[in-house]
Amino acid sequence: MTVPSERLSVRLTVNGRPVEHVVEARRSLADFLREELGLTGTHVGCEHGVCGACTVLVDGRSARSCLLFAAQLDGRAVTTIEGLTPAEGLSPLQESFRVCHALQCGFCTPGMIVTATELLAQEPAPSTESIREAISGNLCMCTGYVNIVRAVEQAAAAPPAKGRA
Amino acid sequence: MKPAPFRYARPSSLAEATALLAAAPGDTKLLAGGQSLVPMLNMRLVRPAVLVDVNGLRELTGITPLPGGGLRLGALTRHAELAASPLVRERGPLLAEAARHVGHAAIRNQGTLGGSVAHADPAAELPAALVALDARVQVTGPRGAREVAADAFFRGLLATTLEPDEILTALEVPARPAGWGFVEIARRPGDFALAGVAVTLPSPPLGGEGIEGVRLVGFGVGDRPIRLGGAERVLAGGRLDADAAARAGAAAGADCDPPSDVHGSAEYRRHLATVLVERALLQAAARLAGGAR
Repeated sequence: MTVPSERLSVRLTVNGRPVEHVVEARRSLADFLREELGLTGTHVGCEHGVCGACTVLVDGRSARSCLLFAAQLDGRAVTTIEGLTPAEGLSPLQESFRVCHALQCGFCTPGMIVTATELLAQEPAPSTESIREAISGNLCMCTGYVNIVRAVEQAAAAPPAKGRA
Repeated sequence: MKPAPFRYARPSSLAEATALLAAAPGDTKLLAGGQSLVPMLNMRLVRPAVLVDVNGLRELTGITPLPGGGLRLGALTRHAELAASPLVRERGPLLAEAARHVGHAAIRNQGTLGGSVAHADPAAELPAALVALDARVQVTGPRGAREVAADAFFRGLLATTLEPDEILTALEVPARPAGWGFVEIARRPGDFALAGVAVTLPSPPLGGEGIEGVRLVGFGVGDRPIRLGGAERVLAGGRLDADAAARAGAAAGADCDPPSDVHGSAEYRRHLATVLVERALLQAAARLAGGAR
Protein backbone atom coordinates (compact mmCIF):
# COMPACT_ATOMS: atom_id res chain seq x y z
CA MET A 1 0.00 0.00 0.00
CA THR A 2 1.07 3.59 -0.64
CA VAL A 3 2.69 5.02 2.46
CA PRO A 4 2.00 8.69 3.26
CA SER A 5 5.25 10.60 3.02
CA GLU A 6 6.55 14.08 3.81
CA ARG A 7 8.95 14.06 0.85
CA LEU A 8 8.10 12.69 -2.57
CA SER A 9 9.69 12.24 -5.95
CA VAL A 10 7.78 13.80 -8.85
CA ARG A 11 8.27 13.58 -12.59
CA LEU A 12 6.42 16.08 -14.70
CA THR A 13 6.81 18.13 -17.85
CA VAL A 14 7.30 21.87 -17.47
CA ASN A 15 7.12 23.93 -20.66
CA GLY A 16 7.83 20.80 -22.68
CA ARG A 17 10.89 19.84 -20.65
CA PRO A 18 10.90 16.72 -18.43
CA VAL A 19 11.63 17.52 -14.79
CA GLU A 20 12.33 15.16 -11.92
CA HIS A 21 12.57 16.47 -8.35
CA VAL A 22 12.19 15.40 -4.76
CA VAL A 23 9.74 17.80 -3.13
CA GLU A 24 8.29 18.42 0.28
CA ALA A 25 4.63 17.32 0.29
CA ARG A 26 3.46 20.80 1.30
CA ARG A 27 5.39 22.55 -1.50
CA SER A 28 2.90 24.44 -3.69
CA LEU A 29 3.27 24.21 -7.45
CA ALA A 30 3.76 28.02 -7.50
CA ASP A 31 6.70 27.88 -5.08
CA PHE A 32 8.12 24.83 -6.84
CA LEU A 33 8.13 26.65 -10.18
CA ARG A 34 9.63 29.83 -8.75
CA GLU A 35 12.10 28.57 -6.19
CA GLU A 36 13.19 25.19 -7.51
CA LEU A 37 12.93 25.74 -11.27
CA GLY A 38 13.67 29.50 -11.25
CA LEU A 39 10.53 30.20 -13.31
CA THR A 40 9.65 33.47 -11.60
CA GLY A 41 7.15 34.57 -14.25
CA THR A 42 4.46 32.80 -12.23
CA HIS A 43 3.59 35.42 -9.60
CA VAL A 44 2.42 34.67 -6.09
CA GLY A 45 -0.18 37.10 -4.81
CA CYS A 46 -2.80 35.98 -2.32
CA GLU A 47 -1.86 32.31 -1.86
CA HIS A 48 -5.48 31.29 -1.41
CA GLY A 49 -6.87 31.15 -4.91
CA VAL A 50 -8.43 34.60 -5.16
CA CYS A 51 -6.11 36.85 -7.19
CA GLY A 52 -5.22 34.67 -10.20
CA ALA A 53 -1.61 35.93 -10.45
CA CYS A 54 -0.23 32.38 -10.17
CA THR A 55 -2.42 30.91 -12.94
CA VAL A 56 -0.68 28.25 -15.07
CA LEU A 57 -1.92 25.62 -17.50
CA VAL A 58 -2.06 22.00 -16.35
CA ASP A 59 -2.58 19.69 -19.31
CA GLY A 60 -3.83 22.75 -21.19
CA ARG A 61 -6.40 23.86 -18.62
CA SER A 62 -5.97 26.88 -16.34
CA ALA A 63 -5.24 26.24 -12.67
CA ARG A 64 -4.22 28.23 -9.61
CA SER A 65 -0.70 27.02 -8.88
CA CYS A 66 -1.02 28.16 -5.23
CA LEU A 67 -3.85 25.64 -4.79
CA LEU A 68 -1.94 22.64 -6.14
CA PHE A 69 0.92 20.82 -4.49
CA ALA A 70 3.89 19.96 -6.67
CA ALA A 71 3.53 16.37 -5.46
CA GLN A 72 0.15 16.17 -7.22
CA LEU A 73 1.65 16.97 -10.61
CA ASP A 74 3.35 13.62 -11.16
CA GLY A 75 2.85 12.68 -14.81
CA ARG A 76 1.22 16.00 -15.75
CA ALA A 77 2.27 18.74 -18.17
CA VAL A 78 2.56 22.28 -16.81
CA THR A 79 2.84 25.39 -18.98
CA THR A 80 3.88 28.69 -17.43
CA ILE A 81 4.18 32.18 -18.91
CA GLU A 82 7.78 31.29 -19.85
CA GLY A 83 6.41 28.44 -21.95
CA LEU A 84 4.05 30.82 -23.73
CA THR A 85 6.85 33.25 -24.59
CA PRO A 86 8.92 32.78 -27.75
CA ALA A 87 12.72 32.65 -27.49
CA GLU A 88 12.89 36.01 -29.26
CA GLY A 89 10.37 38.82 -28.82
CA LEU A 90 6.77 38.46 -27.76
CA SER A 91 3.91 36.14 -28.63
CA PRO A 92 1.02 37.71 -30.58
CA LEU A 93 -1.06 37.89 -27.39
CA GLN A 94 1.81 39.49 -25.45
CA GLU A 95 2.41 41.92 -28.30
CA SER A 96 -1.27 42.83 -28.23
CA PHE A 97 -0.99 43.57 -24.46
CA ARG A 98 1.96 45.86 -25.22
CA VAL A 99 0.23 47.66 -28.08
CA CYS A 100 -2.99 48.17 -26.09
CA HIS A 101 -1.21 49.37 -22.92
CA ALA A 102 -2.78 46.45 -21.08
CA LEU A 103 -0.25 46.53 -18.25
CA GLN A 104 1.36 48.97 -15.90
CA CYS A 105 3.09 47.25 -12.98
CA GLY A 106 2.80 43.87 -14.70
CA PHE A 107 2.11 41.83 -11.58
CA CYS A 108 -1.14 40.35 -12.87
CA THR A 109 0.04 40.09 -16.48
CA PRO A 110 1.39 36.51 -16.54
CA GLY A 111 -1.87 35.21 -15.02
CA MET A 112 -3.90 37.32 -17.45
CA ILE A 113 -1.95 35.98 -20.44
CA VAL A 114 -2.26 32.37 -19.27
CA THR A 115 -6.00 32.78 -18.68
CA ALA A 116 -6.51 34.48 -22.05
CA THR A 117 -4.49 31.71 -23.73
CA GLU A 118 -6.94 29.09 -22.45
CA LEU A 119 -9.89 31.22 -23.54
CA LEU A 120 -8.54 31.73 -27.07
CA ALA A 121 -7.76 28.01 -27.39
CA GLN A 122 -11.38 27.18 -26.54
CA GLU A 123 -13.01 30.16 -28.23
CA PRO A 124 -10.85 31.70 -30.98
CA ALA A 125 -13.29 34.60 -31.52
CA PRO A 126 -14.70 35.38 -28.07
CA SER A 127 -17.30 38.06 -27.39
CA THR A 128 -16.38 40.95 -25.09
CA GLU A 129 -18.67 39.39 -22.51
CA SER A 130 -16.89 36.08 -22.61
CA ILE A 131 -13.48 37.78 -22.32
CA ARG A 132 -14.73 39.62 -19.24
CA GLU A 133 -16.11 36.38 -17.83
CA ALA A 134 -12.82 34.56 -18.53
CA ILE A 135 -10.61 37.10 -16.76
CA SER A 136 -13.07 37.67 -13.90
CA GLY A 137 -10.87 35.51 -11.68
CA ASN A 138 -7.73 37.59 -12.33
CA LEU A 139 -7.39 40.74 -10.27
CA CYS A 140 -5.62 43.82 -11.63
CA MET A 141 -4.97 46.63 -9.16
CA CYS A 142 -3.55 49.32 -11.45
CA THR A 143 -4.18 49.13 -15.19
CA GLY A 144 -7.87 48.43 -14.94
CA TYR A 145 -9.61 45.94 -17.13
CA VAL A 146 -10.62 47.99 -20.16
CA ASN A 147 -7.28 47.79 -21.94
CA ILE A 148 -6.80 44.16 -20.97
CA VAL A 149 -10.14 43.23 -22.55
CA ARG A 150 -9.21 45.28 -25.61
CA ALA A 151 -5.85 43.50 -25.90
CA VAL A 152 -7.50 40.08 -25.88
CA GLU A 153 -10.09 41.27 -28.41
CA GLN A 154 -7.40 42.57 -30.73
CA ALA A 155 -5.27 39.45 -30.40
CA ALA A 156 -8.31 37.39 -31.38
CA ALA A 157 -9.35 39.67 -34.23
CA ALA A 158 -6.00 40.33 -35.90
CA PRO A 159 -3.05 38.80 -34.12
CA PRO A 160 0.06 40.92 -34.75
CA ALA A 161 2.16 38.95 -37.22
CA LYS A 162 5.28 38.90 -35.12
CA GLY A 163 6.48 40.22 -31.81
CA ARG A 164 8.95 42.97 -31.19
CA ALA A 165 12.46 41.60 -30.75
CA MET B 1 0.91 31.57 3.96
CA LYS B 2 2.26 28.07 3.72
CA PRO B 3 0.55 24.96 5.04
CA ALA B 4 1.97 23.19 8.07
CA PRO B 5 3.91 20.05 7.15
CA PHE B 6 1.83 16.97 6.33
CA ARG B 7 2.34 13.57 4.81
CA TYR B 8 0.85 12.88 1.38
CA ALA B 9 -0.34 9.70 -0.30
CA ARG B 10 -1.89 9.13 -3.68
CA PRO B 11 -3.70 5.77 -3.61
CA SER B 12 -4.65 4.10 -6.87
CA SER B 13 -7.81 2.33 -5.73
CA LEU B 14 -10.83 3.12 -3.59
CA ALA B 15 -10.00 0.19 -1.29
CA GLU B 16 -6.54 1.60 -0.71
CA ALA B 17 -7.91 5.10 -0.06
CA THR B 18 -10.43 3.69 2.42
CA ALA B 19 -7.65 1.86 4.26
CA LEU B 20 -5.44 4.97 4.35
CA LEU B 21 -8.32 7.01 5.75
CA ALA B 22 -9.25 4.35 8.29
CA ALA B 23 -5.66 4.38 9.62
CA ALA B 24 -6.15 7.82 11.21
CA PRO B 25 -9.61 9.17 10.32
CA GLY B 26 -9.52 12.16 12.70
CA ASP B 27 -6.17 13.36 11.41
CA THR B 28 -6.52 12.72 7.68
CA LYS B 29 -8.15 14.86 5.00
CA LEU B 30 -9.11 13.76 1.50
CA LEU B 31 -7.75 16.00 -1.25
CA ALA B 32 -9.88 16.22 -4.41
CA GLY B 33 -9.99 19.53 -6.33
CA GLY B 34 -8.52 21.35 -3.34
CA GLN B 35 -10.18 24.66 -4.18
CA SER B 36 -11.60 24.98 -0.64
CA LEU B 37 -9.28 22.69 1.30
CA VAL B 38 -5.96 24.14 0.10
CA PRO B 39 -6.83 27.75 1.06
CA MET B 40 -7.76 26.42 4.50
CA LEU B 41 -4.44 24.54 4.67
CA ASN B 42 -2.52 27.62 3.51
CA MET B 43 -4.18 29.73 6.19
CA ARG B 44 -3.62 26.90 8.68
CA LEU B 45 -7.29 26.76 9.55
CA VAL B 46 -6.89 22.99 9.23
CA ARG B 47 -3.71 21.06 9.98
CA PRO B 48 -4.20 17.39 9.08
CA ALA B 49 -1.26 15.03 9.58
CA VAL B 50 -2.04 13.21 6.32
CA LEU B 51 -3.53 14.21 2.98
CA VAL B 52 -4.94 11.40 0.87
CA ASP B 53 -5.13 12.57 -2.75
CA VAL B 54 -8.14 10.85 -4.35
CA ASN B 55 -7.59 12.31 -7.82
CA GLY B 56 -6.24 9.02 -9.15
CA LEU B 57 -9.31 6.97 -8.24
CA ARG B 58 -11.14 5.94 -11.38
CA GLU B 59 -14.01 4.62 -9.22
CA LEU B 60 -14.89 8.24 -8.43
CA THR B 61 -15.09 9.46 -12.04
CA GLY B 62 -17.62 9.36 -14.82
CA ILE B 63 -20.99 10.78 -15.80
CA THR B 64 -23.32 7.85 -16.45
CA PRO B 65 -26.96 7.80 -17.58
CA LEU B 66 -29.27 5.78 -15.32
CA PRO B 67 -32.36 3.86 -16.42
CA GLY B 68 -35.42 6.09 -16.01
CA GLY B 69 -33.68 9.28 -17.06
CA GLY B 70 -31.41 9.96 -14.09
CA LEU B 71 -27.68 10.42 -13.84
CA ARG B 72 -24.81 9.05 -11.79
CA LEU B 73 -22.08 11.60 -11.28
CA GLY B 74 -18.73 10.46 -9.93
CA ALA B 75 -17.50 12.50 -6.97
CA LEU B 76 -14.50 13.70 -8.99
CA THR B 77 -16.68 15.29 -11.70
CA ARG B 78 -15.20 18.78 -12.17
CA HIS B 79 -17.49 21.83 -12.23
CA ALA B 80 -16.28 22.59 -15.77
CA GLU B 81 -17.36 19.08 -16.87
CA LEU B 82 -20.79 19.52 -15.26
CA ALA B 83 -21.28 22.84 -17.04
CA ALA B 84 -20.16 21.51 -20.44
CA SER B 85 -21.41 17.90 -20.52
CA PRO B 86 -24.18 17.39 -23.12
CA LEU B 87 -25.55 14.55 -20.96
CA VAL B 88 -25.80 16.81 -17.89
CA ARG B 89 -27.36 19.61 -19.95
CA GLU B 90 -29.94 17.12 -21.23
CA ARG B 91 -30.72 15.25 -18.01
CA GLY B 92 -29.72 17.67 -15.26
CA PRO B 93 -29.76 21.21 -16.69
CA LEU B 94 -30.20 22.70 -13.21
CA LEU B 95 -26.84 21.20 -12.19
CA ALA B 96 -25.12 22.51 -15.31
CA GLU B 97 -26.51 25.98 -14.62
CA ALA B 98 -25.47 25.86 -10.95
CA ALA B 99 -21.94 24.72 -11.91
CA ARG B 100 -21.58 27.69 -14.23
CA HIS B 101 -21.96 29.98 -11.19
CA VAL B 102 -19.16 28.36 -9.16
CA GLY B 103 -16.02 30.53 -8.89
CA HIS B 104 -14.01 31.25 -12.03
CA ALA B 105 -12.78 29.14 -14.95
CA ALA B 106 -9.56 28.02 -13.21
CA ILE B 107 -11.56 27.06 -10.10
CA ARG B 108 -14.13 25.15 -12.17
CA ASN B 109 -11.36 23.23 -13.97
CA GLN B 110 -10.15 21.79 -10.65
CA GLY B 111 -13.06 21.88 -8.19
CA THR B 112 -15.15 18.72 -7.86
CA LEU B 113 -18.82 17.99 -7.27
CA GLY B 114 -18.06 15.56 -4.44
CA GLY B 115 -15.70 18.04 -2.83
CA SER B 116 -18.30 20.79 -2.88
CA VAL B 117 -20.88 18.47 -1.31
CA ALA B 118 -18.51 17.12 1.36
CA HIS B 119 -17.26 20.63 2.20
CA ALA B 120 -20.89 21.82 2.63
CA ASP B 121 -20.44 25.57 2.42
CA PRO B 122 -23.93 26.98 3.11
CA ALA B 123 -23.57 29.52 0.28
CA ALA B 124 -22.41 26.96 -2.32
CA GLU B 125 -24.50 26.45 -5.46
CA LEU B 126 -24.18 22.71 -6.09
CA PRO B 127 -25.41 21.42 -2.71
CA ALA B 128 -28.57 23.54 -3.08
CA ALA B 129 -29.15 22.30 -6.63
CA LEU B 130 -28.77 18.69 -5.43
CA VAL B 131 -31.30 19.17 -2.61
CA ALA B 132 -33.74 20.74 -5.08
CA LEU B 133 -33.26 17.75 -7.39
CA ASP B 134 -33.78 15.27 -4.53
CA ALA B 135 -30.38 13.73 -5.30
CA ARG B 136 -28.87 10.85 -3.37
CA VAL B 137 -25.37 10.97 -1.91
CA GLN B 138 -23.37 7.74 -2.07
CA VAL B 139 -20.62 7.13 0.45
CA THR B 140 -18.42 4.21 1.34
CA GLY B 141 -16.28 3.30 4.34
CA PRO B 142 -15.08 0.48 6.56
CA ARG B 143 -18.71 -0.42 7.39
CA GLY B 144 -19.63 -0.66 3.71
CA ALA B 145 -21.49 1.55 1.25
CA ARG B 146 -24.57 3.60 2.07
CA GLU B 147 -26.80 6.17 0.42
CA VAL B 148 -28.30 9.32 1.93
CA ALA B 149 -30.86 11.76 0.53
CA ALA B 150 -29.17 15.13 -0.11
CA ASP B 151 -31.84 16.72 2.09
CA ALA B 152 -30.62 14.71 5.09
CA PHE B 153 -26.91 14.82 4.21
CA PHE B 154 -26.29 18.48 5.15
CA ARG B 155 -26.32 19.00 8.91
CA GLY B 156 -25.07 22.56 9.41
CA LEU B 157 -22.18 24.92 8.73
CA LEU B 158 -19.53 22.80 6.92
CA ALA B 159 -21.12 19.76 8.58
CA THR B 160 -22.58 16.64 6.97
CA THR B 161 -23.48 13.09 7.94
CA LEU B 162 -20.24 11.87 6.31
CA GLU B 163 -18.22 10.05 8.98
CA PRO B 164 -14.48 10.85 9.29
CA ASP B 165 -13.60 7.41 7.88
CA GLU B 166 -16.02 7.57 4.94
CA ILE B 167 -15.47 8.67 1.33
CA LEU B 168 -18.14 10.33 -0.79
CA THR B 169 -18.13 8.35 -4.04
CA ALA B 170 -20.97 9.61 -6.24
CA LEU B 171 -24.18 11.55 -6.56
CA GLU B 172 -27.31 10.20 -8.22
CA VAL B 173 -29.96 12.55 -9.53
CA PRO B 174 -33.41 11.45 -10.69
CA ALA B 175 -34.85 12.24 -14.13
CA ARG B 176 -35.04 15.93 -14.95
CA PRO B 177 -37.98 17.78 -13.42
CA ALA B 178 -40.61 19.32 -15.72
CA GLY B 179 -39.60 22.81 -14.62
CA TRP B 180 -36.63 24.28 -12.81
CA GLY B 181 -35.15 27.61 -11.85
CA PHE B 182 -31.83 28.86 -10.50
CA VAL B 183 -30.99 32.41 -9.46
CA GLU B 184 -28.41 33.98 -7.20
CA ILE B 185 -27.12 37.40 -6.24
CA ALA B 186 -23.40 37.85 -5.58
CA ARG B 187 -21.32 41.00 -5.15
CA ARG B 188 -19.16 40.03 -8.12
CA PRO B 189 -19.48 37.18 -10.62
CA GLY B 190 -17.64 34.19 -9.20
CA ASP B 191 -18.12 35.15 -5.56
CA PHE B 192 -20.10 33.03 -3.18
CA ALA B 193 -23.73 34.09 -3.37
CA LEU B 194 -25.16 36.52 -0.84
CA ALA B 195 -28.31 34.53 -1.41
CA GLY B 196 -29.61 32.14 -4.03
CA VAL B 197 -32.56 29.89 -4.79
CA ALA B 198 -32.92 26.62 -6.70
CA VAL B 199 -36.36 25.20 -7.49
CA THR B 200 -37.77 22.14 -9.22
CA LEU B 201 -41.36 21.59 -10.36
CA PRO B 202 -42.88 18.21 -11.15
CA SER B 203 -45.17 17.77 -14.15
CA PRO B 204 -48.38 19.73 -13.52
CA PRO B 205 -51.72 17.96 -13.55
CA LEU B 206 -53.91 18.59 -16.61
CA GLY B 207 -55.28 22.12 -16.57
CA GLY B 208 -52.39 23.43 -14.49
CA GLU B 209 -54.30 23.46 -11.19
CA GLY B 210 -53.20 21.59 -8.10
CA ILE B 211 -49.40 21.72 -8.31
CA GLU B 212 -47.77 19.46 -5.74
CA GLY B 213 -44.20 18.53 -4.98
CA VAL B 214 -42.44 21.85 -5.61
CA ARG B 215 -38.96 21.82 -4.06
CA LEU B 216 -37.62 25.25 -3.15
CA VAL B 217 -34.11 25.48 -1.70
CA GLY B 218 -32.28 28.58 -0.48
CA PHE B 219 -28.50 28.93 -0.18
CA GLY B 220 -26.54 31.61 1.64
CA VAL B 221 -29.60 32.11 3.83
CA GLY B 222 -28.94 29.59 6.58
CA ASP B 223 -26.31 27.24 7.95
CA ARG B 224 -26.86 24.79 5.06
CA PRO B 225 -28.92 24.59 1.86
CA ILE B 226 -32.42 24.90 3.35
CA ARG B 227 -35.81 23.77 2.12
CA LEU B 228 -38.15 26.76 2.08
CA GLY B 229 -41.10 24.80 3.48
CA GLY B 230 -43.37 27.77 4.17
CA ALA B 231 -43.03 28.97 0.59
CA GLU B 232 -43.60 25.44 -0.75
CA ARG B 233 -46.84 25.15 1.28
CA VAL B 234 -48.16 28.41 -0.16
CA LEU B 235 -47.93 26.84 -3.62
CA ALA B 236 -49.37 23.43 -2.76
CA GLY B 237 -52.55 22.54 -4.61
CA GLY B 238 -52.77 25.85 -6.48
CA ARG B 239 -51.83 27.24 -9.86
CA LEU B 240 -48.34 28.62 -10.36
CA ASP B 241 -48.82 32.16 -11.65
CA ALA B 242 -47.22 35.54 -10.92
CA ASP B 243 -49.45 36.09 -7.91
CA ALA B 244 -48.65 32.70 -6.39
CA ALA B 245 -44.92 33.27 -6.99
CA ALA B 246 -45.09 36.61 -5.16
CA ARG B 247 -46.97 35.06 -2.23
CA ALA B 248 -44.44 32.22 -2.03
CA GLY B 249 -41.62 34.77 -2.06
CA ALA B 250 -43.20 36.68 0.80
CA ALA B 251 -43.51 33.44 2.80
CA ALA B 252 -39.87 32.47 2.15
CA GLY B 253 -38.52 35.19 4.43
CA ALA B 254 -39.73 33.30 7.49
CA ASP B 255 -38.12 30.05 6.24
CA CYS B 256 -34.62 31.59 6.28
CA ASP B 257 -32.16 32.09 9.07
CA PRO B 258 -29.47 34.06 7.25
CA PRO B 259 -26.17 35.17 8.73
CA SER B 260 -25.16 38.80 9.14
CA ASP B 261 -21.62 39.52 8.02
CA VAL B 262 -19.48 42.10 6.27
CA HIS B 263 -21.09 41.19 2.93
CA GLY B 264 -24.68 41.77 3.99
CA SER B 265 -27.07 41.87 6.93
CA ALA B 266 -29.47 39.08 7.80
CA GLU B 267 -32.35 41.41 6.99
CA TYR B 268 -30.94 42.14 3.51
CA ARG B 269 -30.40 38.46 2.79
CA ARG B 270 -33.95 37.65 3.91
CA HIS B 271 -35.21 40.31 1.52
CA LEU B 272 -33.10 38.79 -1.28
CA ALA B 273 -34.60 35.38 -0.55
CA THR B 274 -38.15 36.69 -1.04
CA VAL B 275 -37.21 38.32 -4.35
CA LEU B 276 -35.20 35.33 -5.57
CA VAL B 277 -37.92 32.78 -4.74
CA GLU B 278 -40.33 34.77 -6.88
CA ARG B 279 -37.83 35.01 -9.76
CA ALA B 280 -36.85 31.34 -9.58
CA LEU B 281 -40.51 30.28 -9.62
CA LEU B 282 -41.28 32.49 -12.62
CA GLN B 283 -38.25 31.02 -14.41
CA ALA B 284 -39.46 27.50 -13.63
CA ALA B 285 -43.01 28.31 -14.68
CA ALA B 286 -41.78 29.71 -17.98
CA ARG B 287 -39.85 26.50 -18.61
CA LEU B 288 -42.96 24.45 -17.81
CA ALA B 289 -45.11 26.50 -20.16
CA GLY B 290 -42.63 26.70 -22.99
CA GLY B 291 -41.03 23.31 -22.62
CA ALA B 292 -37.84 25.39 -22.68
CA ARG B 293 -34.56 23.84 -21.84
